[in-house]
Amino acid sequence: MAIFSIQRFNPEKDNVPCFKDYELNVPEGATVLDCLNLIKWTQDGTLTHRMSCRSAICGSCAVRVNGHPKLACKTQAADEIIGGRMKIEPIGNAKVLKDLVVDLELFYSKFQKVKPWLITEGSGVTGQGSENNKERRQSPEDFHRIDAASTCIMCACCVSDCNSWAANEKFLGPAALAKAQRFVDDSRDVGTLKRIKDLSEANGIWDCTHCGECVERCPAEVKPMDRIISLRTTSLKIGIWNNNGARHVRGFVDFIYKSGRLNENILPVKSMGIFNIPGLLSLIPVGIRMFLKGKNPPIIHRHIDEMDDVRRIFRKFKQKT
Amino acid sequence: MKYAFYTGCVAKGAGRELYSSSVAVAKRLGIELHELTNVSCCGAGVISEKDPLLSDTLNARTFAIAEELNLGIMNICGTCQGVMVKAQKGIDGDTKRKDNINEILKDGGHRYKGKVKIKHLLHILIEDFGLDKLKTFVKKPLRGLKAAPFYGCYLLRPSVYSNFSSPDRTTALEDLITVLGGEPVNYEGKSKCCGFPIVMMNKESSLAMSGISLKEAKEKDADCLVTPCPLCHLNLDSYQPEIDKIVQTKLNLPILHLPQLVGIALGIDPKELGMNKHIVSTEMLLK
Repeated sequence: MAIFSIQRFNPEKDNVPCFKDYELNVPEGATVLDCLNLIKWTQDGTLTHRMSCRSAICGSCAVRVNGHPKLACKTQAADEIIGGRMKIEPIGNAKVLKDLVVDLELFYSKFQKVKPWLITEGSGVTGQGSENNKERRQSPEDFHRIDAASTCIMCACCVSDCNSWAANEKFLGPAALAKAQRFVDDSRDVGTLKRIKDLSEANGIWDCTHCGECVERCPAEVKPMDRIISLRTTSLKIGIWNNNGARHVRGFVDFIYKSGRLNENILPVKSMGIFNIPGLLSLIPVGIRMFLKGKNPPIIHRHIDEMDDVRRIFRKFKQKT
Repeated sequence: MKYAFYTGCVAKGAGRELYSSSVAVAKRLGIELHELTNVSCCGAGVISEKDPLLSDTLNARTFAIAEELNLGIMNICGTCQGVMVKAQKGIDGDTKRKDNINEILKDGGHRYKGKVKIKHLLHILIEDFGLDKLKTFVKKPLRGLKAAPFYGCYLLRPSVYSNFSSPDRTTALEDLITVLGGEPVNYEGKSKCCGFPIVMMNKESSLAMSGISLKEAKEKDADCLVTPCPLCHLNLDSYQPEIDKIVQTKLNLPILHLPQLVGIALGIDPKELGMNKHIVSTEMLLK
């Protein structure tokens, strides 16, 4: 016997969501989805949740279990009963429509923004048709680069716990960015430059904080954060420098080459860009504040010992590229 | 007990109170430290965006130097810890990568064998030193001080790289706070992101992230936050006046580095712990 504490919300009756407890004899081997179904079928027909394939393929049944998103059909109930209880809520970063069902319109709209279709020779940027219908072959090595992102089932678990999205709904988010990587790195796609330029704009690849929640919550093998990192690497290789993210990486790497450690006095200036007057001005209050408390980094920036060896390593990599 | 002490950049730069408090606590507990002065920055997940192999090579050099000393690495920065463990797992799990890296290290006279243990001070206090033993060193128990733990992402996620077996359910910081006589505050924000990595790219969004957790901790009556990551500290403390405006609340929530909280309980002079080097005053806590 376990108690399922489930978040309920009926927009026609309730102002705010509340929790309702259900007692259930959990059958051996039952998934969280089995339990939700048993509660709905035997105790409370008004409980509303989404499901379809029951095989972790369709991505419909994502809910928060004990605080974090999981596919209900892929999660063993026994693993999630802590002290005789389990808490079930709708996934986060989405408007609740009813009980455990959320509105996914915003989630889907981000995918449209990254143009999730192949842009091929003759197809133009709109992706409309192609001049010839020939087969576009791909080597196993080329496919390997997009394999991880291809496994996305669009369940929104990654977005549910994305910290950057929680603070800024305009962020493209881990799912759509992973999908973007799937096309940027597709050997058959010819839209890479335009794609990367668009993705390097505000609310794009440089708005990910590396918090790792998306990797942790993804029930497939997408590892969205790693896909975003890959997009950043591509952006740097192509040389899209007109943004703080790329300038930050360039300044950072430059300091480690020169002194082995960060120069926190100068790096923010390099990240902002020396011609970005509003950006530079925004650094002043925190700079003064830290200076007054003696928190400013030492004015004379010293390099680490054995700097020659570190520079030698950097030079080896420069030669390679 | 002796460790190869990896200070990280912030403890030598904008967060020198983390360095002084770590050294003071280690000395009081009899933990010997060999400070690594000839190692580079871990890359903080930034160098790896430019070139993953370069980042791994720089970290492998650090690991090799610790191995040559026959010491495990002690980190005092959650980000350094997360980055290093990720690098180590990547290198150890790929013989070809490891050989490539060692080929580059060879000319500098180093070779990474793959046995160095990498731990954050938090892990060292809990796993190596032991909380029971730590308890015997407590001279000024925190007497119900409501301390809100703030883990920082890199120490927890992705869990395949974490030293915690179950990062979602870890109570390491809470256990430490309790042993020191404090009262850990239970709130969702403890494992959320401070937003620091994008403070230069999208300041408003970055500080809003800190704001969400700080406000929640404040509403749960926290007297202070304690964090094992100096990058989290930078956002949560140095930018708190701007965060106040975003959450429309005067938060006035002091943010302590992990060794500072330990140091207070051990009765170390607050000045030595750098308690005066905070944007949000810590005076109320010391009373």
